[in-house]
Amino acid sequence: MGLNILVTVKQVPDTHNIKGDTMKEDGTVNRAALNAIFNPEDMNALEEGLKIKETLGGRLSVLTMGPPRAVEVLKDSIFRGADEGVLLSDKRFAGADTLATSYALQAAIRKMGQFDIILSGRQAIDGDTAQVGPQIAEKLGLNQLTFVSEVVEVTNSFITVKRSIENGIEIVKAGYPVLLTVTDEANEPRPASVKKVMAYKNLTTKKDPSPAPAVNDKGVITHIKEWDADTIGADVSLCGLSGSPTKVKEIESVVLTAGDTKMVGADKEAIDALIHELTEEYIIG
Amino acid sequence: MANGLMVFIEQFEGKIANVSLELISKGRELADQLGVSLEAAAVGYEMEEELKLLGHYGCDKVYYIDNEELEFFLSLPYADAVSHIIKKYAPQIVLFGATTTGRDIAPRIASELRCGLTADCTDLQIGEFTLKGETYKDKLLQIRPAFGGNIIATIVSPDSMPSMATVRSGVMKMVNPDKNKKVEIVEEAYTPKDDLFLSEILEVIKIEKSVDLTSARIIVSAGMGAANPDSIKLVAELASVLGGVVGASRPVVDSGLLKKEHQVGQTGTTVRPNLYIACGISGQIQHRAGMNESKRIIAINNDPEAPIFNIAHYGIVGDINDILTKMIAAYKNKV
Ligand SMILES: Cc1cc2nc3c(=O)[nH]c(=O)nc-3n(C[C@H](O)[C@H](O)[C@H](O)COP(=O)(O)OP(=O)(O)OC[C@H]3O[C@@H](n4cnc5c(N)ncnc54)[C@H](O)[C@@H]3O)c2cc1C
Ligand SMILES: Nc1ncnc2c1ncn2[C@@H]1O[C@H](COP(=O)(O)O)[C@@H](O)[C@H]1O
Repeated sequence: MGLNILVTVKQVPDTHNIKGDTMKEDGTVNRAALNAIFNPEDMNALEEGLKIKETLGGRLSVLTMGPPRAVEVLKDSIFRGADEGVLLSDKRFAGADTLATSYALQAAIRKMGQFDIILSGRQAIDGDTAQVGPQIAEKLGLNQLTFVSEVVEVTNSFITVKRSIENGIEIVKAGYPVLLTVTDEANEPRPASVKKVMAYKNLTTKKDPSPAPAVNDKGVITHIKEWDADTIGADVSLCGLSGSPTKVKEIESVVLTAGDTKMVGADKEAIDALIHELTEEYIIG
Repeated sequence: MANGLMVFIEQFEGKIANVSLELISKGRELADQLGVSLEAAAVGYEMEEELKLLGHYGCDKVYYIDNEELEFFLSLPYADAVSHIIKKYAPQIVLFGATTTGRDIAPRIASELRCGLTADCTDLQIGEFTLKGETYKDKLLQIRPAFGGNIIATIVSPDSMPSMATVRSGVMKMVNPDKNKKVEIVEEAYTPKDDLFLSEILEVIKIEKSVDLTSARIIVSAGMGAANPDSIKLVAELASVLGGVVGASRPVVDSGLLKKEHQVGQTGTTVRPNLYIACGISGQIQHRAGMNESKRIIAINNDPEAPIFNIAHYGIVGDINDILTKMIAAYKNKV
């Protein structure tokens, strides 16, 4: 028994710690100056998956699409308790918007097998779109529970969660299969296990098209599987830039230009005059 | 006439969400620019009366699916119902609020229809787009902050039919309703299939927002320069005498001095009051993103180099407690 769990994880530029040298003169982003990190809410998705696995037993796989170095987030997931990793990497996936991303990810998921629960982060901090999770669900014909802030109960046949909605909180129950998008309120992700880091720090990728678990007879993970568009039988016209209906017209870096600020003195008279002026203009009443 | 512009109407307990009225207001402007009709897609139960409101904000026609099973929002049946309307009436543009509801179903619908979807826009325009020498006219320019708010990107879905976007609450201005304007309500015959009902709502815990930043005309906001109980008290007092609401920067909320519902900014609420008084706020990009549309901004800061002064209409360099005390006194003496 137990559940088959999949977590989609993404490596993202650390947009929350942008410094002066990150923005180039021409207003574009100097990606090289940004650290690549584990997307924060994907860490919450992984933690929730690990908790479910601990409660009910089962297997937890992680999947990412990205350049070769994105393997880091898969290894990081394995250090925390994931049972296998699949890296989906192909130049033909480059430039994908959410539609093309979800297309490639769902094709990989179909090849990986049947999952009871798929967990995604609510959103990735590079684009903040929160679209890939629901789009994977739609493409796989799955039910979805978005903005999950707490898992209330999980059994072998259903899951009950709290969802943050505009007007409060909703408690919803759903059977399997189902896709959840998890917010940072859901949990506090665990750190990597020292034992696992020791065991798996030299884990590398291998072009291994087999959907069977990459483990040896002792249950030890042998490698991370690397797949490309051909492995998953993807229609490349639906992948990457060509499969992306949205196009970037223009990017503007947010620079401040001194406007025409009226400086007001800090003395009583000046402040009285300001309040008077605002009253005259009906700004305050 | 060319294909219309459509707005998804979000409702909670049969009441239309403000964001939908904001989008109808903005949608009217864009539809006029394109010379097309402004349509709406609504799903719910016994909403005919409420839907008349859409006319007051400039909507021409609303396609309405009335069904007892669809009284409450559920991802799959709602996504299916809305995509039924989109497929039938083929609008060129569809707008959703960037709320937990809009951001739940819009991606599903975009995936099914294989069309472009731009998340969490803060501005929309109609304009031209050139790609590989080909020029597309009258396209929806979808403007949104990205990369943690450090860049503003303009996104276009040139070949997408429709082109879809979710738009943040509070950024589009609601027009003054005109009670004489009427909307045509077209009831759609549609019954959701049973196999779409895969989730069961056990309970909805309503949390009334005790602070309504979005509709506040005056906001007095506390930043880290006012992050102590005495200064917060003065901020609250000024807000109270002016008939305004207390706002906050994120670190003030993180520190526990004020609740999350006070937070203004990229991860808080987007506001556009008549007057925004920034008290001890440096003016980092993520904060400005939520308030730079305010009509008047007063910045109070003891650092003359603080970036907030670059967007303020009035700047006062000085200690927060001293200035706030003087402002409260000035206002009280006035009346
Ligand atoms: C992804 C992300 C999202 C974020 N979202 C938000 C958001 O939604 N909202 C938000 O506000 N922030 C947000 N932030 C944080 C933001 O980057 C800034 O850290 C924050 O806005 C700074 O708050 P502050 O101006 O109050 O504090 P500070 O930057 O510390 O500024 C305090 C100011 O007070 C002045 N001061 C100090 N003492 C006095 C005094 N006695 N009298 C007068 N002035 C004084 C100082 O000169 C200084 O300018 C976000 C950050 C990230 C990375
Ligand atoms: N390239 C990717 N590889 C794996 N998962 C992804 C990828 N892009 C997005 N996701 C998943 O989808 C979620 C939402 O991403 P986004 O729609 O980009 O905000 C993320 O938190 C991830 O769980």
